[in-house]
Amino acid sequence: MEELVLMKGNEAVGEAAIRAGCRFFFGYPITPQNEIPEYMSHRLPEVSGVFVQAESEVAAINMVYGAAAAGARVMTSSSSPGISLKQEGISYLAGSELPALIVNIMRGGPGLGTIQPAQSDYFQAVKGGGHGDYRLLVYAPSTVQEMVDLTGLALDRADHYRNPVLILGDGLLGQMMEPVNLPPLSHPEDLPVKPWATDGRRGGPKRVINSLYLEAEACEEHNRRLQAKYREMETGEQRWDETWADDAEVLVVAYGTVARICRTALEELRGRGLAVGLFRPITLWPFPGPALAGLLQRGRIRAVLVVEMSAGQMVEDVRSVVCGRVPVAFYGRTGGVVPSPEEIGQRVTAVCEGGTVNAGCL
Amino acid sequence: MRVAFERPAGLTDCPTHYCPGCTHGIAHRLIAEVITELGVADRTIGVAPVGCSVLAYDYFDYDVIQASHGRAPAVATGVKRALPDRTVFAYQGDGDLASIGTAEIIHAAARGENITVIFINNAIYGMTGGQMAPTTLLGQLTTTSPAGREAPREGYPVRVAELLEQVRGVAYLARYPLTKPAEVGRARNAIRRAFQTQLEGKGFSLVELLSTCPTGWGMTPREALRWVEEVMVPYYPPGEFRNGPEDPGGGPSRKRVG
Repeated sequence: MEELVLMKGNEAVGEAAIRAGCRFFFGYPITPQNEIPEYMSHRLPEVSGVFVQAESEVAAINMVYGAAAAGARVMTSSSSPGISLKQEGISYLAGSELPALIVNIMRGGPGLGTIQPAQSDYFQAVKGGGHGDYRLLVYAPSTVQEMVDLTGLALDRADHYRNPVLILGDGLLGQMMEPVNLPPLSHPEDLPVKPWATDGRRGGPKRVINSLYLEAEACEEHNRRLQAKYREMETGEQRWDETWADDAEVLVVAYGTVARICRTALEELRGRGLAVGLFRPITLWPFPGPALAGLLQRGRIRAVLVVEMSAGQMVEDVRSVVCGRVPVAFYGRTGGVVPSPEEIGQRVTAVCEGGTVNAGCL
Repeated sequence: MRVAFERPAGLTDCPTHYCPGCTHGIAHRLIAEVITELGVADRTIGVAPVGCSVLAYDYFDYDVIQASHGRAPAVATGVKRALPDRTVFAYQGDGDLASIGTAEIIHAAARGENITVIFINNAIYGMTGGQMAPTTLLGQLTTTSPAGREAPREGYPVRVAELLEQVRGVAYLARYPLTKPAEVGRARNAIRRAFQTQLEGKGFSLVELLSTCPTGWGMTPREALRWVEEVMVPYYPPGEFRNGPEDPGGGPSRKRVG
């Protein structure tokens, strides 16, 4: 039975994971995601789960690695600097093909940066982050409800592909409260069996979890298998949302929190008769490029504006899809500053009026 | 015909890559013998991090997880918390445990994680070609301390057993050299007690094994064994540092879950 409750984004992620059968959380405190470990520390024991506050971000991701290898549905969460520390472990998870959920509630950087929300970890999330050729499925929720929905989906997809999955939120989404419909509680014993898990050979042949291939040819063969899996993800996992995109002449592309602010801005502009629409990637990797290209092929769109809380990261992927067919403008705020609907509205209007290619940054 | 000596059940029929005179083979054998004796082979999970023993997954006939450098205690924590009724051990070298993984070993011990760690101390980084380890002795020549380790320049070698002796949560702690048969026998008993400690749910256990690296040290196997006895043993005194938890009621991982 579903139930409607008022929850903070961070707490909703934790509850959604538990309801999706996750019983193991390993993490380390960092703002603005502390409500996730705090919530898990009291909630997991209620469902016979395990919460461990690790000695470091590095230890936390390696505890995740161990629990995942043992066959458990497992997660961790952190915020930007902490996610940087976890990158080696994430690369190992990908290399050893272990499923896990990692939540990044982004804050402004670089360095210690700020505790205010940002989207400046896009490159890290979708282009690799750690060493080696690997990919994560990356989900970008824009509401607390979507955080709930994508958390369950992310855990399922992680198991399906035996691959780590990242939920890329930001401090605003983590801290805001919204009413959410929670799915019913599912139980770990009802989840699909993992015959590959190293949980003791129990009379059968031994199993090994490993990402080491000393022979170059064997390591390349391992990479080929991984790449084939990533191609499968690219085909089957692209998600996006369109609002007023059918008749749009100027298309705004934004994800997560920023997409909500853009929507508010566009609603006002639509009321004034401007043909503006919104394209919101829900998966950042795989990037829903074919859907965006499809909109462009209809021929109505004459300019694209990308809005991010970064100095311009997703805009690179948008530009590679648009491929020079129409001008692509960019507007970004950094360092934890959240753009207002008014300032976004001004930039969209400028693009509508003059086809302004450079809507300005910062 | 009577069989006087054979490969223990827990080891695979696979030639190891270890150098002649290296004591990794003895350590592997002792672990395998103990696990067979305790009858837990079918529910044992080993964790082998980066180092000479990273290929242990080929040699042990158990489920094995290869881990990143220094993180075996964290990985073993994840396994044990997920599967509290399995026997979980980590097999770590000195660079792994006492340098890059210092935080992980101390905190796994402090949490009283109900796991067993076999710690190979050979005073050098073997796999990468003989660089200075945290346990490299004063005066010892390595490829990154070519003039010999000097305290004002490279600091002092870390005594892991003495360090962990201070940590509550440690239920069993011992150090023995893998030199003479009598010492190997003591090491074997210590390994057995360490695993027994885990099976009884008493908390964290660790056995430090003073080991040889003839290749890294530039010695013959015989010289290497003598060097352990004459140089390592005085600085790293053997013995049982703890047998039984300081706090018999403590240790979170002893609670069964699920």
